[in-house]
Amino acid sequence: MCLAIPGCLVAISGQGELRIGRVDFGGVSRDTSLVFVPEATVGDHVLVHVGFAIAVIDEDLARETLEALAMLDALAEPAPIADALAASVDAAPRNNHGQPRRIFGREDLEEGR
Amino acid sequence: MRHLDEYRDPAAIHAVLARIDRTLRAPASLMEVCGGQTHAILKFGLDELLPERLRLIHGPGCPVCVTPLEQIDRALAIADEDDVVFCSFGDMLRVPGSNGDLLLAKARGADVRIVLSPMDALAIARQEPDKRVVFFAVGFETTAPANAMAALVAAREGIGNFSMLVSHVLVPPALEALLGAGDSAIDGLLAPGHVCVVTGQRAYEDLATCYRIPIVVTGFEPLDLLCGVLAAVEQLERGEARVDNRYGRVAQPNGNAAAMRVVREVFDVCDRKWRGLGEIPASGYRLSAKYAAFDAERVFGLEGLRVDEPDDCPSGLVLQGRLRPPACPHFGRRCTPEHPLGAPMVSAEGACAAYFHYGREALPAEEARA
Repeated sequence: MCLAIPGCLVAISGQGELRIGRVDFGGVSRDTSLVFVPEATVGDHVLVHVGFAIAVIDEDLARETLEALAMLDALAEPAPIADALAASVDAAPRNNHGQPRRIFGREDLEEGR
Repeated sequence: MRHLDEYRDPAAIHAVLARIDRTLRAPASLMEVCGGQTHAILKFGLDELLPERLRLIHGPGCPVCVTPLEQIDRALAIADEDDVVFCSFGDMLRVPGSNGDLLLAKARGADVRIVLSPMDALAIARQEPDKRVVFFAVGFETTAPANAMAALVAAREGIGNFSMLVSHVLVPPALEALLGAGDSAIDGLLAPGHVCVVTGQRAYEDLATCYRIPIVVTGFEPLDLLCGVLAAVEQLERGEARVDNRYGRVAQPNGNAAAMRVVREVFDVCDRKWRGLGEIPASGYRLSAKYAAFDAERVFGLEGLRVDEPDDCPSGLVLQGRLRPPACPHFGRRCTPEHPLGAPMVSAEGACAAYFHYGREALPAEEARA
């Protein structure tokens, strides 16, 4: 229930408690109350929960975090995890409905990404 | 989608996994508090990618799951009244009450409607002034500002046919109950990122100090979750116990001031009964005296209703992280999402539903408990 989704604020109307934003979620857009993010401006990415934006995403911090992780990636030695992942894909476990189980990385391996 | 896809990058995920593997020396157990985190962990198979000596314990952060039976029974009693439109988030409709669920009430003819926002329920109240419109205000701190805003606007506009059945719960008191249990196996916590977006991290600093465990404010995507695990593991190996924020792109240390102002205006802190955990002091919100006219329990005279929890669902142990869902004797047998015995098999955030949907088999009890 604490699910919140990031989207891009594309338009703003109204003021104060009635300030409403049009938020685009990758092609689907919805009206969202901006009462809790008075600082939000058009072009910002906001985090939306049950019809209310509850945070403006800090783009600089997001970029810094991802850059730091990219550094970690570059420094990483070849890990035994890749082998373990390949082995678990080979074993192709089934879910309760008898279908092959979705394991993270499965599609990624097959698509060679 | 931006701010989602970047956090599912396989190369970065493997790099963080390798770093966790190199950093973690002794076995450790971390609790991810939020049910949304539990679902992401199982959906992306992170539990199977992490080293075996790192165990994830699933926490109580599923509002649907911890809502006590008597609150569901109140909802059913209200929904069955004449001229009532009962509005709820979809998750609550299939949670079993003493006598059926809201979906069955709807099938019997009750006007039960799924809404995506409390403001949708308020809009129905405006459009249908002859109906008594009740919103089932369930949720943790993340949802409290939105639900508070509905009461605030209803009061300001004088929408007299609107009321809320409030069942709001708070995360830190529940964590305190789990950590203070004496035999707690929790070495560190992944704090619920979206709760912290609203409240800030002050309460978690007190918990980290008091129980001497690392607490990491953590998001919901695979990379967010693994970065949270890594930060907790780094603290454990260094012997530290503090709050580390790894969801800083949205969670500010002091939370969202505008949201908390509205919450404090509308709600008072109160004792709450939790399914599986019992009554926890100061662990929830109720409408303050100023907004009592919008309290559905008063409007429909249901304050005195008391119902004991059923015996056949051990959801309390699941919610405390003491029983892994596949180790439950009913998991996948008597209890499935189609025919749930308890709320954790229903909710999109329930641990049992996560294990069922993402294909974790039922295990012999002793093996799963290990």
